[in-house]
Amino acid sequence: MGLPITIALVGNPNTGKSTLFNALTGLNQRVGNYSGVTVEMKKGTMSLSATESHEIIDLPGTYSLAPRSLDEMVSVDLLLGHLNDVKRPDVIVSIVDASNLERHFYLTTQLMELGRPVVVAVNMMDVAKTQGIQIDLAKLRETTGLPIIPIQANRKQGLDELKKAVVAAVGSSPPKPVLFPSLFGDEVKRLADLTNNTVEQFLIARWLLDVGGHTEKQLSIKFPPEVSVAVGQARDRLTDAKLGVPGVEARTRYGWIRERVGQAVKRPAQRVRTFSDRLDSVLIHRVWGTLIFFVLMFALFQSIFVGAAPLMDLINSGKDWLATRLDNLMDPGPFRSLLRDGILKGVGGVLVFLPQILILFAVVAILEDCGYMARAAFLMDKIMSKCGLNGKSFIPLLSSVACAVPGIMATRTIENRRDRFATILVAPLMSCSARLPLYFLLIGTFLSEPWWLPGVVLFGMYLLGFVTAPLIALLLKRTVLRGETPVFVMEMPSFKMPQFTTVLRRMIEAGWAFVYRAGTMILASMILIWALLYFPNKMPDGRSYDVALDTLKTDLEQMPKNDEKVEQTEETKANDEAREAKQGEIGSLAGDWQRQSYLGRAGLALEPVFAPLGWDWKIGMAALASFPAREVVVGTLGIIYNQGEVDSGEIKDSKNPGDTPLGKTIKEEWSENPVTGKYRVAVAVSLLVFFALCCQCVSTLAVIWRETKSWRWPLFTFVYMTTLAYAGALIAFQVGRQLIG
Amino acid sequence: MKTLDQLDPGTGGIVEAIAGPMALQQRLMEFGVLEGETISVLAKAPLGDPIEIQIGGTRLSLRKTEAAAIRLAESS
Repeated sequence: MGLPITIALVGNPNTGKSTLFNALTGLNQRVGNYSGVTVEMKKGTMSLSATESHEIIDLPGTYSLAPRSLDEMVSVDLLLGHLNDVKRPDVIVSIVDASNLERHFYLTTQLMELGRPVVVAVNMMDVAKTQGIQIDLAKLRETTGLPIIPIQANRKQGLDELKKAVVAAVGSSPPKPVLFPSLFGDEVKRLADLTNNTVEQFLIARWLLDVGGHTEKQLSIKFPPEVSVAVGQARDRLTDAKLGVPGVEARTRYGWIRERVGQAVKRPAQRVRTFSDRLDSVLIHRVWGTLIFFVLMFALFQSIFVGAAPLMDLINSGKDWLATRLDNLMDPGPFRSLLRDGILKGVGGVLVFLPQILILFAVVAILEDCGYMARAAFLMDKIMSKCGLNGKSFIPLLSSVACAVPGIMATRTIENRRDRFATILVAPLMSCSARLPLYFLLIGTFLSEPWWLPGVVLFGMYLLGFVTAPLIALLLKRTVLRGETPVFVMEMPSFKMPQFTTVLRRMIEAGWAFVYRAGTMILASMILIWALLYFPNKMPDGRSYDVALDTLKTDLEQMPKNDEKVEQTEETKANDEAREAKQGEIGSLAGDWQRQSYLGRAGLALEPVFAPLGWDWKIGMAALASFPAREVVVGTLGIIYNQGEVDSGEIKDSKNPGDTPLGKTIKEEWSENPVTGKYRVAVAVSLLVFFALCCQCVSTLAVIWRETKSWRWPLFTFVYMTTLAYAGALIAFQVGRQLIG
Repeated sequence: MKTLDQLDPGTGGIVEAIAGPMALQQRLMEFGVLEGETISVLAKAPLGDPIEIQIGGTRLSLRKTEAAAIRLAESS
């Protein structure tokens, strides 16, 4: 043996397939991407000795090789060697669950028809034992004619035997497939002749069997319409012979399995009630199950909302510290500004999401690995189905209340593509934590009286998301994501202890995927917005704004500063006033700079667009500048209103945001506006509604692009949410104006 | 006509026929829901839908509309 071989690892979900893949490959893994496909296929290297190593491909878990979507078709294409950049597998490893051998062999019998040797890895022998199931492996080898290797993937047992069996199987003759009724075989042959035998018989059989399946979709356009007609006629003939599709396949395969596998498996007459069964009945119990669910969801939400905060603060202060260092080390100019306000802010803006992503994926991986995820979906399915989604949409949407980025990434647990996309597209409507600084600022400034109003308005903001998201989901499912009712049959897997390494891997993969793929796009857009705010950088007198600002700041530092302990005198008062004046000068110069920047000019030019919302061009420009991230709007408002760079955390933490310098200035300025001054509260509500519904968040768009593998969906999300936000803000202002007027 | 969605938790029956959309039929059969097999209802979700069923060694969650596609033998 010397030539590297390619091995495909196939199995049902919840079989321990990933655990086996990890155990076989260790850290030698990478993710393969295929165009138009939203599932990931992992490739890894399995080494047998210092000189011999082979490639192993982990296919997405599936119950059957009857492809219903492009995602499922890729597995079939890979196994048949139809993918350009992947060699056709030399050996197929079929991993099956010892405690439910019959059902798992269904997929195995399909794999036996691919013309390649199949090695069966029987996993979780221990679980079978606790259920009193006895498997006669020698008998199973004899009846099925396949190499059968017992393994315990989580304890790395049986791996050497499996590797040996795989290598030994290379080049051996493929297994004898399950014999279908001769009439069925005749029909497949006839159709194969019609296609001049240009397509594998496996695919012809799938075309015949899977009514409305993906094989039919692909092949019916590849061949003249007569072939499709012939397929229809063949189906009719089979039905007349009581061999109708799709039943003929399941009946034939299970017949074979009952005969061959059934012989080798002995089950106790009375099913043993296992710990998993008892746990199941508690966790889906009307009272206890619901209670446990809400406690778990609360813990999940708290862990991402609160648990991630210290780490996020750490990243933010690290960013600020570096920014100060840059200011001191470098001379003002475009390069420093690019480093500080473009790249540093961009990188910080990417990294700041990591704590939430890592925590959410740890929790999701644990819930999924132990089998609870299916129970959570079971409990929530009825409610979620009312808005055209399913039970598995709940956790991603809940997570989106903290942050849509990890929420959207968590939709990977939703198998149905249309439901998954609908969940992704409405997730950013949930009020995330990045909206809070603006909510607090505006509510504290304009809606703080009477005492109950702030709470009601804040609750209303969250409610707006909770109400809009299901409605939009329903609308999407009836329009752009319309399609036949998907099948919701979901397996309720047995409970098992989550694997630490599996959880850790999921976290690392999610974090890396975000930083590497989405991160670059986030960074690029941050730099773009920086450039639009930095240039042109020329004052009327010819100097650069940043040079002038630095001079002013140096002046300020050199001005006499009062010792707080010293009693106030005329002198200290004069010092204070001078410093205040200087600070005002800095603020107004920074404001001038922003206002004459390209983005500021765009805001001014777009004022007529913002006018119906009650906004002047300053508010409009702040909204435009917040495209990379919503929370930026507070900082931009600070600069535009000459208050310097206001930290969004400061607003969030202050007891009364209305009393902060920015709050006071906004109140003053908005009141003085000749047109909208009278309606400043309506303006505030209009801005609140806009930010509740808009998609001013590059990270969200980048992650949608990554998860849907297409530019169309992030673009669609941005357009529909901005339209919605505009309409909502318009209604808020116009109605508010009538009420106040 | 007796269908699976009408059963109370803790009861079961023998599958007589499977109707409904082709994709649903196929998925159910892949899980081993076939004529002559014993199928039982384990539980209902707190809101009455979906239901948890057992077929062979497999536990499945089915929406009521899907369970209605499974016809049971009258005698059971």
